[in-house]
Order: sequence, then structure tokens, then C-alpha cells
Amino acid sequence: MARNKRAIPEINAGSMADIAFLLLIFFLVTTTMDVDKGLMVKLPPWSEEPPPDNNEIRQKNIFIVLVNSNNQLLVEEEYMELQDLRAAAKLFIDNNGDGSCEDCRGSRDATSSENPSKAIISLQNDRGTSYDMFVKVRNELLGAYSELRNELAERKYGRPYDLLNEEGQTAISEVYPQFISEAEPVSVGG
Amino acid sequence: MAHIRKKKSKETPPVSTASLPDIVFMLLFFFMVTTTMREVTLLVKVKKPKATEIQKLDRKDLTTYIYMGSPRNTELYGSEPRIQLDDQLGSVGDVQSFVILKREEINEAERPKFTVSIKADIDVKMGLISDLKQELRKAQALKISYSTNPAGSPEELYKTY
Repeated sequence: MARNKRAIPEINAGSMADIAFLLLIFFLVTTTMDVDKGLMVKLPPWSEEPPPDNNEIRQKNIFIVLVNSNNQLLVEEEYMELQDLRAAAKLFIDNNGDGSCEDCRGSRDATSSENPSKAIISLQNDRGTSYDMFVKVRNELLGAYSELRNELAERKYGRPYDLLNEEGQTAISEVYPQFISEAEPVSVGG
Repeated sequence: MAHIRKKKSKETPPVSTASLPDIVFMLLFFFMVTTTMREVTLLVKVKKPKATEIQKLDRKDLTTYIYMGSPRNTELYGSEPRIQLDDQLGSVGDVQSFVILKREEINEAERPKFTVSIKADIDVKMGLISDLKQELRKAQALKISYSTNPAGSPEELYKTY
């Protein structure tokens, strides 16, 4: 009996590494370490009533961007190419017509926005606008704000906005709060 | 003594591979733990748009994904862009209850951070996306993210248009 027991051969573990490698390669291939990235947007709460009359918001404080179904831009009733939108939006936000924004460097044009905390960008699109174009326009408008914030951060603290501490970031986002309204789709023609 | 030393220098001893399985197992466990199997099978084609002003969505457990695009199986579902909620195609009317259900799964303290990530194809028209946004507003899911791929520079975005 004892002899028999001793005769059982040991299992060869030499191929253990191969098996482990096989599994390893399987998991290496199936692993996806993608982090989801995107444009963060805050929607206004739902209300059954139509939005209040915009009498309080003076027309010069609204920067209207229309995108039609042919993906063409109409900014403040003028045709515009996408690459000019960022600069136009920056001019509008930074205009500082009433002089209450001390950190702004705007041209203080009387017909444009009063100050950055009153300036509203209204993005209106047609139902036929492509999602690609919408994201691009949205991206340019967000880019205008982030460029202004970065410029101010460089002037004030000598560092870009992303590298500031929380205090600095809130101080700057108070100067340039983001007001981008995505209106409900309208038929803007085209 | 001299004789032995001579013999030693002749050939280098082979590197021991006995610890190789251990190393491989360590890597294996690392990848097994970090792997997240794709939770849904995509029924719609999604080619995400590109953008530069992007932010990372770091809490996957607080995020719900809504996919939009034309169906892969055109014989069954046609070629019109559809909305995919989890593993099935839905319509705009299903979005509200879907989002509310998803939000219920999160513990109460973290519900304000609940985010809906819209993964839409570049060819989807804004009409459908606007309808979806209205439904999200009705469901009080106000934090949304338009999922995009990073672009190298803003100039890259102007070129394609």
C-alpha cells in the first residue's frame, strides 16, 4: 500500500506559466481603461409655463447664436464662420459696457454687454442641425469662457486657471460666470 | 582551488525561471481586478464628435449612459437614428422613467452628482437630442455631458467643416 502511494507521480507544474500567460493575454486584450470625457452642461429645470418675458434682460446683454439646418452660423444677425465665433464671443463677454467689472479689458462698447455677469449667450439650433456642428459651436463658446478665465488667471496669479487653488478658481469664475443658454429647438429655417 | 575557479568561469549559470509563474500571476490578478467587461452591447453605431473643452467624468458609478445613433442591424430596426437605453432600443418616451430608475439605484447622499452622459453619433440631428434633453429636464436629471473624443487643437475642428 505504502509503496503504491509513493508511486503516484508528481503533477508537472512546468506548464503553469503558459496557462497563466494565456489568461494574462486574454485579460490584457479585453481590458478597456477608457475614461469618459465630454462637455459638461447644466440644463435648466423643467417648467410647464413658457419662459418669462425677456423684458428684464436687455437685448444688448444677449448674444444670439443661431445654427440652421445647413449647419451655418448666424451670430447677432450676421453670417459668421465657426473659427471667428470664439473671438466674437470673447469680445461680447469681456465688453464691460457699464464699467463695473474691474478685471475686464473690454472695449466698453455701449451697444454690447454691460458686464460679464449680465452677459448671456443664447445658443439656438434648428431641429435639423447636426449634432457634430452643435458640439463644435458649444465647444467654441465654452472655449471663449475658458480663454478669458485663463487670461485673467495669468494676469492675477501668473498661472493658468487649471493650476489655481480652489479659492483662486472661484474668484475668477465669479468675474466670468458661464451663462450659456441652450434654447429649445426652433425652426430657424434654411 | 584553482581548478574549480576555472571551471566556474567557463559557463554562466542559467537564470532561474522558477519565479516566472509568480510574476505572471501577479500581472494576471492585476488585470483581472481592473478589467471591466463592457456592460452593454452597442446596438447603434456611435462615432463621437471631437472637442477641446472637455472634462473627465470620474465617477462611473454615478453616470448613466444613453447612446444614440443609427442601428447596426438595419434590417431589423431601420436606419433612422434611435436611442439605446441599457441593452435595448427605446423611444424618447422611455427616457424619463429609465433615468429616474437609474437615479434611484444611487444612494441618496450622492444623487445630486448624478450625471447622464449622452453618447451620440455625429450624424444624429439635433431634433432628437433636443427631445431627449426635454425628457431629461422633466426627469430632473440636469447634469449632462456630451461625450466627445479629445481633439488636438481647435483648428482641427474648423477644418472638417
